[in-house]
Order: sequence, then C-alpha cells, then structure tokens
Amino acid sequence: MSAITPAEQGTLPEPDLVAGLRQGDPICASTFVRTYGGPMLSVARRMLRHEEDARDCVQEAMIQALRQIDGFEGRAALRTWLHRIVVNRALMRLRSRASRAEESLDELMPQFDETGHLIGPTEMPAVSIEDLIEQNDVRRLVRAAIDRLPDGMRTIVLLRDVEGYGTEEVAGMLGISTGAAKVRLHRARNALRKLLEPVLLGRAR
Amino acid sequence: MSPPHITCREFQDFVVDYCERHLSEAQRAVFQQHLADCPMCRVHFETYLKTIELGRRVLAGADPDAPAELPEELVEAVLAGRAAGRADGS
Repeated sequence: MSAITPAEQGTLPEPDLVAGLRQGDPICASTFVRTYGGPMLSVARRMLRHEEDARDCVQEAMIQALRQIDGFEGRAALRTWLHRIVVNRALMRLRSRASRAEESLDELMPQFDETGHLIGPTEMPAVSIEDLIEQNDVRRLVRAAIDRLPDGMRTIVLLRDVEGYGTEEVAGMLGISTGAAKVRLHRARNALRKLLEPVLLGRAR
Repeated sequence: MSPPHITCREFQDFVVDYCERHLSEAQRAVFQQHLADCPMCRVHFETYLKTIELGRRVLAGADPDAPAELPEELVEAVLAGRAAGRADGS
C-alpha cells in the first residue's frame, strides 16, 4: 500500500496544490473541493438563505474555479480568489430571484424629536460581546435579525461586516456608487441595531 | 476653539465615514465632540459598533443547524463537472 500523499492529507503547500490543479491532478482537485467546499457553502448559505440554492451556487462556483485555475494569478490566497467567485455567483442568484415586496424599515431607523435630538436611552449596561456570544439565545437572535433584513440590506452587511470586503469593493460588486453603498450599509446596520437593541441593552427575555 | 455644534440627525451622516476613518481631522473633532456631549448618541453609537461586532462574530462562526462539511454528493458533482469540462475542452 502506498503512503498517503500530502495532497491526500490536505497538507500540500498552496503553490503545489495550484500546480497540481493546473496539471489536472484528480487528487489535488479532490483536496481543493474538500478543503474549501465547507467554508464556501457557509458563505453561500449566509447570502442565499436557501439550502438548495446555496449548494447549487457552490457547485457552480467550484466547477468554474477548477476550470479557470489558469486565471488564478496568485496575488491573493486561493481561498480569497474562490470566495470572490462564490460571492459573485450568489449575487447573480439573488439578482435573478423575483424581488419580494420589502417591508418598510423606517420604524427601525433612529428617531429624532422636532429639534433633531435623538430619542433613546442615555445609558447602557456594561454587557460584553464575549458574554453575549456565549449565549445560544443571543446567537439565534442575531441570525434571526439578519435574516429579517431585506436581501439588499442583508447582502451589504454580510459582504462588508462579515465577509470583510471594503466598502468600495462592495459597491463595485453590487453595481452601485460608493455613496449609495454607505447609505445602504448605514441603514442596514441601524435596522440590525434596533432589532438587537434588547440584547445589547440587556433587556432580552 | 471648540468644534462646531451638530445635531443628532447630522451626527448620523458621519457615522459610516467615521468607522471607515474617512473623516478629515476637523470632521473627526466635530464627531467626537458631539459624542462627548450627547449621551443618547453615545449609547446609540456604542450599540451600533457592538451590532457590527456581534453580527460578524456570530455569522462567521459555525451554523449549528447546518453541516460544516461539503456533502459527499456535492463533492462528487463538482469533480464530475470538472472532469466533464476537461473532456469537452471548456
């Protein structure tokens, strides 16, 4: 029986993995799919909120990546390059979905009195993020709050704050101006903030 | 000389650029002065930042309701799709 190769173990250095993919090595292809497939499926699930769509998206993206591996220039990590392909595929799917009527989020925006002063609490308890993260209920509430956002808002929060793309880059992905992206991002964060306010102020039951 | 006064409504217009460090020094001083003077905006801004952090950390973590691995049938489908592409030259 032959020894397990680094490619099979998933410990092959990235340049060697890429070289193997370019040569059409089936073991490298399998390693690539198994190493990156899970994390990419998580990305697609977050964006699409639909398991079948997410699976189709990842399947298409990974086939595209394997077929276009010669176009990978190595300026970014392989994972970063693939991530962008998955995100672009997910955005295409979101655009092709029939847009549903989006509920008004005005009531989730900051409210001001007639003199322009913010209406809201003036003090908050010292609740640490660490303490919040530990709570299953809080994690569930955060996921539910993000899912409540309309696609356009959820997408921009995910791309900017979760996936870590820069605001200008996100604007380019969405085909909108940087200014419009900032406005949408701020509204989305404000909506989420309001939905999570009971948790953040220690009032969640 | 203290920075010019802005309203809470105007303060909101600066928030994203402040977070992105895109404000000029003078604008940043105006923003920070309002933050120091206004307890409502202080709470709002603090919860805004915590919202970003909470969303990032919860969403980037594993979803307890979904398997973290790519299902085997999907692995096979990708590898078959790649092989088909190689066979037809696409």
